[in-house]
Amino acid sequence: MIELINKAKALLESNAVQVVIGYGKGTSNRTRAIFVTQSDDCDKLIFDSRCVQNLAVYLTKSEIKKLGKPAIVAPIPVLRSILELAVENQLTENDIVVLGITPESEIVDFDTFANIEAFLATHKIVIEEKYHEIIRLIKAMPVAERFAYWVKELEPCFKCYACRAACPLCYCTRCTVDDNQPQWISVPSHPLGNLEWHIMRAMHLAGRCTDCEACFNACPMGIPIHLLTKSMLQDVNDNFGSYGPSLEKQNTLSSYKPDDKESFIR
Amino acid sequence: MTEFEPKIIAFVCNWCTYAGADLTGTSRIKYAQNVKIIRFPCTGRIDFMLLLKSFGEGADGIIVSGCHPNDCHYTSGNFHARRRWIMFRGLLDLLGIDVRRIQYSWVSAAEGAKWADIVNSTVNTIRELGPYTEYEKVAGYLEKEANQ
Repeated sequence: MIELINKAKALLESNAVQVVIGYGKGTSNRTRAIFVTQSDDCDKLIFDSRCVQNLAVYLTKSEIKKLGKPAIVAPIPVLRSILELAVENQLTENDIVVLGITPESEIVDFDTFANIEAFLATHKIVIEEKYHEIIRLIKAMPVAERFAYWVKELEPCFKCYACRAACPLCYCTRCTVDDNQPQWISVPSHPLGNLEWHIMRAMHLAGRCTDCEACFNACPMGIPIHLLTKSMLQDVNDNFGSYGPSLEKQNTLSSYKPDDKESFIR
Repeated sequence: MTEFEPKIIAFVCNWCTYAGADLTGTSRIKYAQNVKIIRFPCTGRIDFMLLLKSFGEGADGIIVSGCHPNDCHYTSGNFHARRRWIMFRGLLDLLGIDVRRIQYSWVSAAEGAKWADIVNSTVNTIRELGPYTEYEKVAGYLEKEANQ
């Protein structure tokens, strides 16, 4: 990782960026996000298979923006999130320096979002077969049983909103769930509130989610909430063509085609 | 025991279905009285949270209706709504919320008879499905009633 450290040092020393967002040592065997502002501290940067947190989440946070222009260590899930943020006009090319990391652990500079898109075109989002299988099994249940299954799965949720905090695309400064006039979603850990919260979260990510699984990784109760977004990703693919962010086209739910097909509207 | 009367909430757009439902009345076509109509500026305005709220507050069925494709007063509201419904329906289906309880339709201002037909057939469907007790249980609705 000496190459990464040297690059980060050079960027900070030349004042090309004021902060490097990367992975550092966390407690026990874990890694955490670190924000390096001094070139001497660049030695703290690490990258290995434990680094699964999606750092793109920090790009839109006002606390981080205050630190100045960031460089970000970006493995593929982070690159996807950056591209989606660009599609949603949350980032411009001048806002960030991207230190891309390929699956072979090579470091690639991405000067433009178009370059990121070209790179991601060869690393498309693939939903693993085991998830297809799980979703198939759930959908095969009778409807009442399926409902009971999800009520049970969502029961441990105590609405810590870690899934929201970990998601790079949940960047609204004010979330519907925080609104209380009217109270859209009931606050206590209650089956209805839990259900409504997770439906809302999934719907607000429909056609935007890049399948980084940050929500699932962040959930302290291990609730398989990523199944919802994965299933919707598949729905996007089945109904509106390929999923994944693209600079050429708008998000699925921000666009339409007059001949979109459905079978349930009378 | 009296027969189960479904409670149905209809979310309709101002320009087509609301006018269509008005025509049903002025044409003196009789239809089931179980439906409570809520008027929206456009189907594009109908937030999926409102549908969830209806079930949470004890609705047994929902009708969502607006202008036919290409007829939207705001050009594209119904196209956007259609995409949202496709995604929403898929999610509800995965979660085991009975998608048969939500009827989507296009009813123009000239289709008073179609509106009556949509309401009648939805009421019949919901009558067969019975009250939405699964969701009511989750909503704590029965609890509330028991405490009263």
